[in-house]
Amino acid sequence: MSQRNSTTPGLAAAGVREISLTIPVAPEMEIVATAQVAALGEYMGMGRDRIDEVKLALVEACINAFEHSGTTDERLHLTFRVGREAEGKEWLEVEVLDQGKGFDHSHVEVPSLEKNFGGGRKRGWGLHIIQSLMDTVAITSGEWGTRILMRKYK
Amino acid sequence: MSEACKISVERRGDVALLHTDGYINNQGGEEIAKQAYAQLDTGARALVLNLEKTRIVNSIGISILIEVLEKVMDRKGLLAFCHLTPTIDKTFRIMGLAQYAQIFSTQDDALRAVAAKG
Repeated sequence: MSQRNSTTPGLAAAGVREISLTIPVAPEMEIVATAQVAALGEYMGMGRDRIDEVKLALVEACINAFEHSGTTDERLHLTFRVGREAEGKEWLEVEVLDQGKGFDHSHVEVPSLEKNFGGGRKRGWGLHIIQSLMDTVAITSGEWGTRILMRKYK
Repeated sequence: MSEACKISVERRGDVALLHTDGYINNQGGEEIAKQAYAQLDTGARALVLNLEKTRIVNSIGISILIEVLEKVMDRKGLLAFCHLTPTIDKTFRIMGLAQYAQIFSTQDDALRAVAAKG
């Protein structure tokens, strides 16, 4: 009796497939980068809605870096990985690295719409959206720049 | 390669129906705001935004939609969205937009609801 195998072909346990991409700090480059998420998500058989969530998290990470990182090389270094844990859970991971001035993410205030009303600042949602859409998010930052590593399970 | 958002507007009495097509970022958001304010300034009581042809709204775009929402609320009007992808719907809920603007599955549902509150 044949058994349907829903795991991604060629993706060995703990094995990782990786694509790297460098984008300039320029309008709409974040949308160019989302094409990689779509391609890898489809490759691993991730549902369209979950792929859209990863795409939006990537967009938010990119525009945050474009606006706030002060990157010295005017580029973002992106790495996309698909892998599978020993117990079989497959994941899509996106790393966004900038060589900017870094920031203390523990001091980023969680925004609220009520505070935004009445002419207040309406921005600052990026990290909150990323954390809400992705399954795991790790942020490391220092004088060398900032790395956001975010993962979504299939 | 531009993903610039295109906006088309239909007026149905005192309801303005805005259709978006493409990525809603700062430029897309500003274009929506421009069209929305023009409708409010010419007597529209309710705005319905149909996002059927939009798959990504970034946080800058949403922040501009919040400004539109504020203006609508200042004028005691109504703002409704329809045809949101699950991700856009989720993002609007994360940001709390769904508390102040109504979200509907279909355009007909949205139009019926705003008409009922006329």
